Amino acid sequence: MKVTELFRQGEFVVTAEVGPPKGCHLEGVVEEAKEYLSGLSAVNVTDCQSSVMRVGSLATCKALKDAGLNPIYQLTCRDRNRIALQSDLLSAAAFGIDNVLCLTGDHTKLGDHPGAKPVFDLDSVSLLAAIRALEEGHDLAGNELVGEAPSFAKGAVVSPCSDSVDAQLAKMERKVLAGAEFFQTQAVYDTEKFLAFMEKAKQFDRPVQLGIVLLKSAGMATYMNKAVAGIHVPDEMIAELKADKEKTKAGITGVEIAARIIRACKPYCQGVHIMAMGWESKIPQLLELAGL
Amino acid sequence: MLITKLKSREAIESLLGGTCFILNCHGCKELSFPVAEAEALEAELAAAGKVTGILTTDYVCNPENLQLRLEAHKNEIEEADAVLVLSCGVGVQTVAECFPEKKVLAGCDTYRLPGTQGVTPLEVDCGQCGECYLNLTGGICPITACSKSLLNGQCGGAKNGKCEVDPEMDCGWERIYRRLEALGRLDLLKVPTQLRNYSTDDEVYKQNG
Repeated sequence: MKVTELFRQGEFVVTAEVGPPKGCHLEGVVEEAKEYLSGLSAVNVTDCQSSVMRVGSLATCKALKDAGLNPIYQLTCRDRNRIALQSDLLSAAAFGIDNVLCLTGDHTKLGDHPGAKPVFDLDSVSLLAAIRALEEGHDLAGNELVGEAPSFAKGAVVSPCSDSVDAQLAKMERKVLAGAEFFQTQAVYDTEKFLAFMEKAKQFDRPVQLGIVLLKSAGMATYMNKAVAGIHVPDEMIAELKADKEKTKAGITGVEIAARIIRACKPYCQGVHIMAMGWESKIPQLLELAGL
Repeated sequence: MLITKLKSREAIESLLGGTCFILNCHGCKELSFPVAEAEALEAELAAAGKVTGILTTDYVCNPENLQLRLEAHKNEIEEADAVLVLSCGVGVQTVAECFPEKKVLAGCDTYRLPGTQGVTPLEVDCGQCGECYLNLTGGICPITACSKSLLNGQCGGAKNGKCEVDPEMDCGWERIYRRLEALGRLDLLKVPTQLRNYSTDDEVYKQNG
């Protein structure tokens, strides 16, 4: 089911993401999603996240859909040219997968095949334009499709806490002009920055899901501050993670922090997107603490 | 080797608006420059009263040399609404660096030919892609200044203005955004979605045999 339909119905859309395994067995990821994520509006499936080669996002989406979940197909432009991307979108439509999240993708040099060719024939914006073309019944080159045209809920991402938020907003507008219908954000730890961003993003009139990354340790927070674009964990939170080692180790501190951010931001956004990175089992507890 | 070809007359006229100072680069030996077409364009623009001055020189890509040559034309440049550069992409970018607050326009597209390239080592580079984007990006090339050669704005990978691939390298699109901001041309970020045409080399080979 299209998440855009859920936004239209006024639902506070809660999604989480799963990462496909590096191997051809999907039972594990499907079982985990069924156990912890079946109550959510939809489940994102990452596309060779961090440029690390894994089983495909599309195959995993199909397995989740067959298991009764509602997948969001993440599609990056790193590994495929416009012919392969459009072809995969038609394949998704053929499987009844109707949510797509369009990303440019990390550079190949950041992953486990640094010598691979970085494609980037399209980018997040022109990928949205490609989907719009398919929905109009033709491909990017203008050739007509056979039969009824596909239709997707078209998603994109934005970084509200980026150090150049004005440039982020300009890019967000470009994505809206290219057809983006909903947004999921990079992880937010600074509520005030997020609210200031939402005030400016209101003009685009598109639903925005607050991005949450569960903090597993103070080390993880320090690492993200140093290395991950658009993420800044404030010092007080790092101190909080350090304060009670047992609690942090058990995941409780990270879950409490995330719940607090969700509660503070909920009135100003249209949903939450949780990136648990292996801590999917903590999501039910997080939702309970956040009052969702 | 490279070939510069004039953009279409309509494209150049739509860019210009007001008056311009024209800079021709008859540059390096590796270059094939459209002399006759450029002269015809310049005569036409001059007749319409749109030209404040013309400088034909070589090696526009050498910043020191360029500054010296431009010295005698200071007033003409100041008076003009824009500087129209007929050169390869490196030349246009070098001129844009000289005048960060002036409208600097690329009048040519640059196509690649096999063989040796120009000799001046520079920070700026031209991808010789055959469809120059410099008029949309404030004179900073998105093909060579962005690790992913993105055409529609920055990815989410820059941290503190630096590229995700190389922490020593400034994010090209962050630079483009700041330049457009300084030029008062952020509206250029709302142009239609750009798609690269990888078949431009075939077109130029066919035309040139």
